[in-house]
Amino acid sequence: MTGVIDIKETYFSRFSELERALGEREGSPLHRLRQLAIERFAELGFPTTDDEEWRFTNVAPLAQVSFRLPAANEPPAVELKQLLPSWLQAAAGPRLVFVNGRMIPTWSNTDGLPPGVVVTSLGQRLATGAVPAPLGRYADFDVHPFVALNTAFFREGAVVALPKGCVLTDPIHLVWISAAAGEPIMTHPRHLILAGVQTQARIVESYFGPEGAVYFTNAVTEVVLEESAIVEHTKVQQESTEAFHLAAVQVHQDRDSRFTSHAIALGGGLVRNDINVILDAPGTEATLNGLYVGTGRQLIDNHTRIDHARPHGASHELYKGILDGQARGVFNGKIYVHPGAQKTDAKQTNKTLLLSDEAQINSKPQLEIYADDVKCTHGATIGQVAEDMLFYLRTRGIGQDEARRLLTFAFANEVLERLSVEPLRAWLEARFLQSPTAGRETHR
Amino acid sequence: MSTATSTIQELANREYQHGFVTDIETDSLPPGLDEDVIRTISAKKNEPPFLLEWRLRAYRHWRTMPEPRWANVHYPPIDYQNIVYYSAPKPRKKLSSLDEVDPELRATFEKLGISLQEQMRLTGVAVDAVFDSVSVATTFKNKLAEMGIIFCSFSEAVREHPELVRKYLGSVVPYTDNFFAALNSAVFSDGSFCYIPKNTRCPMELSTYFRINAANTGQFERTLIIAEEGAYVSYLEGCTAPIRDTNQLHAAVVELVAVGRNSHIKYSTVQNWYPGDKEGRGGIYNFVTKRGKCLGENSRISWTQVETGSAITWKYPSCILQGDNSVGEFYSVALTNHYQQADTGTKMIHIGKNTRSTIVSKGISAGRGQNTYRGLVKIMKGADHARNYSQCDSLLLGDKCGAHTFPYIEVRNPTARVEHEASTSRIGEDQIFYCKQRGLSTEDAVNLIVNGFCKEVFRELPMEFAVEAQKLLGVSLEGSVG
Repeated sequence: MTGVIDIKETYFSRFSELERALGEREGSPLHRLRQLAIERFAELGFPTTDDEEWRFTNVAPLAQVSFRLPAANEPPAVELKQLLPSWLQAAAGPRLVFVNGRMIPTWSNTDGLPPGVVVTSLGQRLATGAVPAPLGRYADFDVHPFVALNTAFFREGAVVALPKGCVLTDPIHLVWISAAAGEPIMTHPRHLILAGVQTQARIVESYFGPEGAVYFTNAVTEVVLEESAIVEHTKVQQESTEAFHLAAVQVHQDRDSRFTSHAIALGGGLVRNDINVILDAPGTEATLNGLYVGTGRQLIDNHTRIDHARPHGASHELYKGILDGQARGVFNGKIYVHPGAQKTDAKQTNKTLLLSDEAQINSKPQLEIYADDVKCTHGATIGQVAEDMLFYLRTRGIGQDEARRLLTFAFANEVLERLSVEPLRAWLEARFLQSPTAGRETHR
Repeated sequence: MSTATSTIQELANREYQHGFVTDIETDSLPPGLDEDVIRTISAKKNEPPFLLEWRLRAYRHWRTMPEPRWANVHYPPIDYQNIVYYSAPKPRKKLSSLDEVDPELRATFEKLGISLQEQMRLTGVAVDAVFDSVSVATTFKNKLAEMGIIFCSFSEAVREHPELVRKYLGSVVPYTDNFFAALNSAVFSDGSFCYIPKNTRCPMELSTYFRINAANTGQFERTLIIAEEGAYVSYLEGCTAPIRDTNQLHAAVVELVAVGRNSHIKYSTVQNWYPGDKEGRGGIYNFVTKRGKCLGENSRISWTQVETGSAITWKYPSCILQGDNSVGEFYSVALTNHYQQADTGTKMIHIGKNTRSTIVSKGISAGRGQNTYRGLVKIMKGADHARNYSQCDSLLLGDKCGAHTFPYIEVRNPTARVEHEASTSRIGEDQIFYCKQRGLSTEDAVNLIVNGFCKEVFRELPMEFAVEAQKLLGVSLEGSVG
């Protein structure tokens, strides 16, 4: 670790390295997009705590490390099994596995997909020059500096496209592993999910890294739901507690579509998740569930924004946090009802359990409403394990620690029981029952 | 439901009933602000040197501050050099009884229904009437003085009790606090001062009526209320202002200090300044800093406000809960109609152990009104077993208005229990239907529902105000709430 680095200089020189490595044609649409993005990033710089959206999250530590782009692909010398947590080994379905930002074809598997379904590596697409058109159309890099950074730097990720009427039963797993690489590296995963008319799919993004490693993951996922599409997006984040994990999910919904997100944040030193959903047609529904568990000195920041742009939209949001040690949590949930978005039904809940004297939470649920015929509520509670509940369990002969564990598990389980990927749910349940805050020492 | 809508429209379109201008010769400075203006204000008021120094420090600090823009309100830039910073009705002579008050001024109060005599005789309310910036009549003073209670204009307090003013002025809202507090500290012309000594229960509601009159006169009051151990006081503040085309800036500062153990200050406001016309022209800019500090153990500060006027309302009556077991309360009804904007709420800063706070905020938006609740609940590290309950409800009447909620909750102590809930909806058609089915007219039904919506706040108001508050809502819009 060095002192504070010159952000602009460092990222510009990395950008030149990337340009050389990729050899994209000057003036091609993709190259133009990258150029615009890096220029925008240069203007924005890293956000400071004066910026309302980053008020409680100081990204200064990120500016103290000079991250490198990962070197050309070295086939990992280990078995995949040794890197994957048990729940993922047991999970069925197609998968793309990425190590240090590169796809590992031998570990990936997209066999048996219905005809017409595309599940492919973005890197391979870029190599052929066939860039999927909507890439970069939804994730706006004008405001969010890290989306700009990702748009300038992405070179790998996944493209998932479902043709009309296609229903996938098994989830698609996108697995990102950061293996020890000597010096701190940065990866910029980029996903594009295109769900056609009347399609159904489940996407599971997961992120892992060896404990103690310092690296920077900056992911962006764009999800587009066409008419009557149903998409469930699950993200499991178990990065090293020294790692930086920033991720943005941008969702765009067409008529009668249904989007569900499960965001499980267990690891990472400095974590920021942005989920923005735009209900851009009548009759849409969005559900956002989240669970964040912090111990040690972790900082976990969840930002969600739901834009009700058209009438008859519904959104349900439940975010729960468990904070121990000196962990800090941030929840910022905004429901924005645009003029004319009548009959909107929006409900948002944020609950946080503080388990130690040093843990902190900053919660900011917000409603901005410009239509009158709406039903919008939000609620936030913060507290510790209730004494009367502990007492009840103890009168039944359950020890203090056991009772506390049970109650903490019950708190988390409200989110866990909504998970549809069974091996993940079962594994998380077992983890939480055993030790509710040992979220990250995850493997096996 | 079209009948309900038309009733709402009717109510929403009512004109401001307190619009009239009284012609009284005023003793005003030319517009503009520099150190000389501040020296002149200070000299006119025969202030001691420490206060002039303080004003000048505030002014110098103010000049270094940028004007804040973060609130969810929009207005054209204010030209601070085009404001008259001092305007006082010309004193005829020292007043010893009400009969000597300027007859024109008296007539104005009569129109507003604030007859001093009536109030003295019937309600037992001591009224310290502020006309523009200078107190012209103070009642019941002798009676209060017998108990050791000081209730007078701020200028008088500076003259008679400089040690108290010096000790507490700026102790809750320092001049460095924010842009408008700094401006106020530099140029405040008058206001009210109240001191309740140890173990004294103020026998009557203390009340001040403010009235902005001369055109282009920003009014900068300063209120300071101090309660010693075991003291109790209930203070009322109410305002109306005449119709004006140009916007008038109002940047008051109110400081409450609950110094001693078991002290209790209750501060109630009914604000009905000119909100501008139906097109959003004119109206008062009401940028106020109000804050109370609970220093003593078991001390308590309650804010109750009914905000129906002003083109823009921007204020956050707050409590710093420093003493152990201290209690902070905030009850608010804010109504915006036509082009009115309100960004209001509270801050509850929990520092002491077992501190408790309650927030109940009711926002009503109609026409093109924009109503924002913005609040902070902060539980500091040492605030063991702190407790907060917040409830913010918004009611929407019409499809062009907006209701927004921005609560900040920052918790640093695991033993704290914090709950926040907010809801936004429009007046229930089923509720109106239910009432009509029982034979009530639509208007009565709407009125009934409105009263229900605001009941939790109204019942916190002293009797004298509760009636006026309901009347005000009725004038502004009462029926539309549900």
